[in-house]
Amino acid sequence: MPRHELSGQPAAPGIAIGPLVRLGGEAHALRAAGTPAQERAALAAAIEAAVDDLAALAAQAGGDAAEILEFQIAMLEDEALRDPALSAIEAGTPADTAWAETLAEQVADYEAAEDAYFQARATDLRDLSERVLRHLLGTAEDAATPPGAIVFADDITPSRFLAADWRGGGIALAAGSKASHVAMLARARGVPMVVGLGAIAGDGHARAALDGATGRLWLSPDVADEVLLAGLATAAREETRATADLLHRPAATAAGQRVLVQINVADPSELDGLDPALCDGIGLTRTELLFPASGGLPDEDRQYAVYRRILDWAAGRPVTIRTLDAGGDKPIAGLTIDGESNPFLGVRGVRLSLARPDIFSVQLRALARAAVHGELKIMLPMVTVPEELEASRALLDAALADLAKRGEPAARPALGMMVEVPAAALAIERFDAAFFSIGSNDLTQYVTASARDIGAVAPLADVKNPAVLRLIAEVAAHGARIGREVSLCGDAAGDPSIVPALLQAGLTSLSMAPNAVGAVKAAIARHG
Amino acid sequence: MSEHLASVEITNPTGLHARPAVKLTKLAKTFAGAAVQVALAEAGPWIDAKSVVKVMAMKAARGTSIHIRATGEQGAEALAALVALVRRDFDEGHASPATDAPA
Repeated sequence: MPRHELSGQPAAPGIAIGPLVRLGGEAHALRAAGTPAQERAALAAAIEAAVDDLAALAAQAGGDAAEILEFQIAMLEDEALRDPALSAIEAGTPADTAWAETLAEQVADYEAAEDAYFQARATDLRDLSERVLRHLLGTAEDAATPPGAIVFADDITPSRFLAADWRGGGIALAAGSKASHVAMLARARGVPMVVGLGAIAGDGHARAALDGATGRLWLSPDVADEVLLAGLATAAREETRATADLLHRPAATAAGQRVLVQINVADPSELDGLDPALCDGIGLTRTELLFPASGGLPDEDRQYAVYRRILDWAAGRPVTIRTLDAGGDKPIAGLTIDGESNPFLGVRGVRLSLARPDIFSVQLRALARAAVHGELKIMLPMVTVPEELEASRALLDAALADLAKRGEPAARPALGMMVEVPAAALAIERFDAAFFSIGSNDLTQYVTASARDIGAVAPLADVKNPAVLRLIAEVAAHGARIGREVSLCGDAAGDPSIVPALLQAGLTSLSMAPNAVGAVKAAIARHG
Repeated sequence: MSEHLASVEITNPTGLHARPAVKLTKLAKTFAGAAVQVALAEAGPWIDAKSVVKVMAMKAARGTSIHIRATGEQGAEALAALVALVRRDFDEGHASPATDAPA
């Protein structure tokens, strides 16, 4: 078969190379139906047998898996689950059909849920449906998957996950969800997993390779692919070993200088399965994802719920939330201005928020309400002149006054700014911000006049350009002088080859993607 | 027969999800003589707090408030216990303080 590459969404990091095993849908045998009384007894016996299976599995698996199975047992034992099936049996439906239809309705109900978490429960219900049907029909469990295999299926149930030996193997799903119980288990157990790959055209691939961190699947990989991926897997294993003991400890340089390591978050679901002990807080929460590319803008309650969820995860650690940074390369229909000749130099970031105080005020109110539940800091993007900071502060004052009038509990978050416009970096002493966070991506492209997304000039957009590093050093020195935190939250903070230059420039706080934390803490520890 | 009523906010990051729903229903069942019900709105619909299938089907996301009411034997105790469980975030520990605050 010719080599074929597919892209999906990463669900659990790691690399696997091995035989490809396809899991199909369940093939159901036919059984002879009896009287309603016999069918009722058959269903009760099958449910009881399924509960016994799950209890045995839970005892063997322990920990998080046992908790998931306990949920399945509680659902199975609940008469509310079987009642509709029993009514159908009374009306003459065979037990297997009655059970399958009852559970299909439950599955559909969960699939229609708005919340990704509840949607993902559909797989648990499907699991219960199949397990009870197997007992009703007397069909055996699927043959175990060979160790080291890459399993491809539409979706995979927790029972199937727990029944297999995943050492060296991986999971590739056509559908699936990052919020599924299987994805949580895969992350906890280090099984590479990719979801949302879509249907695979053409059968007959015998071998596959999977990169759970980037969400890619190679069918019939060639020798070059395998050598490359095996090298990456070895390097990742060594890096994991080297950083495992550093990962959940505060970072410090070889000379003993403490460095704050924070994480960047775009979607609260990224925090699922992450231990907050990994970091000193969240240095950048992007709020653009809350504002869909089309459709309505999120109301105050919806924003409040999301901000609060992030603060709860952080368990007392500081959480920096950036106000809407739309515009530039992040257009939002009905909000950003179409047809600007140069959107990167146009109405974006705080410029747009101040142009739309109605929308900005909703976000400020939601932030002030969430601030009751932890250390929340507000960060303004694209600040160019001090007046923008002061105008935003006045709107925050007004938001707090509105909330007080409504009797809504609220607290005043610290108001800080991103330093990404050269005019701000060069005259940083003009800005009375509670903290500064250097946005190295935009600062670099504005200082070098080189767009990151234009390949021909991308090499010029180099954060290690002495002009950029000098600005970073000056902002860091200003913060140290007046006792205000200076952090850096661009891609550079997550690149171990650039981190030494940032520490050299005087930074003692960095914010990066969660999966870069281990490598960056290792680079910090090596730095003299 | 007196009715005991309270409202309490779900603070768990994933809402009233699988593990909390199991804990809630198990606790409700320990009050055999009490009828315990939950609802998303005071006007109802009220559903049986002893059924995990029905509690999950409410799909109470985080930040929503649930109403709890109890009647019958030990109704007041049942209500107090359930409210306390939700307030403790189902003993899931999301609200524990940081242990390594920055220096």
